[in-house]
Amino acid sequence: MEKELKVSAIKDGTVIDHIPAQNLFKVISLLGLENIPNQITFGTNLESHKLGRKSIIKVADKFFADDEINKIALVAPEAKLNIIRNYEVVEKRVVEVPNEIIGYVRCFNPKCVTNHQPVPTRFYLVGKHPLALRCHYCEKVTTEEHLVIL
Amino acid sequence: MIKNKSLISINDFSRDEILRIIELAADFEANPNQRLLEGKIIASLFFEPSTRTRLSFETAMNRLGARIIGFSDVNATSTTKGETLKDTIKMVSNYADLIVMRHPLEGAARYASEQASVPVINAGDGANQHPTQTLLDMFSIMKTQGHLENIKIAMVGDLKYGRTVHSLLMAMSQFNPTFHFVAPDELKMPEEYKSFLREKNVSFTEHRDMNDILPEVDILYMTRVQKERFSDLIEYEKVKNTYVLRNAMLDNTKDNLRVLHPLPRVGEIDPDVDANPKAYYFKQAENGVYTRMAIIASILGVK
Ligand SMILES: [Zn+2]
Repeated sequence: MEKELKVSAIKDGTVIDHIPAQNLFKVISLLGLENIPNQITFGTNLESHKLGRKSIIKVADKFFADDEINKIALVAPEAKLNIIRNYEVVEKRVVEVPNEIIGYVRCFNPKCVTNHQPVPTRFYLVGKHPLALRCHYCEKVTTEEHLVIL
Repeated sequence: MIKNKSLISINDFSRDEILRIIELAADFEANPNQRLLEGKIIASLFFEPSTRTRLSFETAMNRLGARIIGFSDVNATSTTKGETLKDTIKMVSNYADLIVMRHPLEGAARYASEQASVPVINAGDGANQHPTQTLLDMFSIMKTQGHLENIKIAMVGDLKYGRTVHSLLMAMSQFNPTFHFVAPDELKMPEEYKSFLREKNVSFTEHRDMNDILPEVDILYMTRVQKERFSDLIEYEKVKNTYVLRNAMLDNTKDNLRVLHPLPRVGEIDPDVDANPKAYYFKQAENGVYTRMAIIASILGVK
């Protein structure tokens, strides 16, 4: 808890902890945080036993729906959420990779129709460790090492 | 129910639907001129040339009495002017009752089927799927063996990139086959298909020399070994003659053995095999017309 003090506390909202430091900006973009008016503070390159260097994001007055927050599981599988009400943690949540992933992952197959036509990508989760996603269109499997967030 | 269903991947059809298509194909073979589609229009959209597949489909359409619109050369269409696939498909589905399409991009047929208001048949999407080929292969196995259960199938040649062998493997796995894979090291059956077979409890063996298994098999499925697939041309020179079938090699094989090949062949079946009654590849190509008649007639609900 003492590490959280490095980022100012919020009255109501969501704290997203245990984001790998190198993926902070991917998380910000997946959640569309650059486009919302809420007060957002983040810290990065904080020390973490688990991750080496981690990031933390605090979003005031924002509570995420499951399908919204689960998007970040692809880049921050260990992320922990603290839901804050009146400066108190009222709920803790973890993220889970969704079974169907629509519109934010690139298919690694250069001959896939989604890389040539204006088609939103769509994948089915076929493996969690390591991550493996089967493309709905070309049927090829994109694995963790080739994962690119759009 | 096959009616109004698109056929994009062989996995879209259940075991019963596959058997139904095969049964109907036999029906059409016995009686090929059935003008069941008088007044229907079918779009034949070939975004890349494939004369063999197109002629087979268009023969099937003509025998059913349908009229055909479409193109066989993408340079003649507005796609080259930058029209999206979605726009082409939306427009054509307002004209035709069914779309048959071939496209160089993988997944293009699935995407088209989501945009079209009429069913779509995939006539090949890049290296991905070519389900009508798989169904005609299965019709050929059924005709030559009398059934589909417990067949011993040797697949020879390029087992790494060959989409026809991958689709056939998946579809036949529902009928308790035994597979023998014969390929050079560089073109071996990919691990994902082998683990699929292990999961399904389908037995298979791997070989470098087809003579090892020829006496045991019911179906010998030959494929092209293309020079451009090899990273090492010395390796190609070493193996190229190993994957050529010659007539004398068929001497000690089972009477019911039949040799299949998706065609066109390059050098992998010596012409001296052609006269052998076990050579079945030309008949197999003819079977494609009846199979495609069966697929089209089922989807349009006239059979
Ligand atoms: Zn894809």
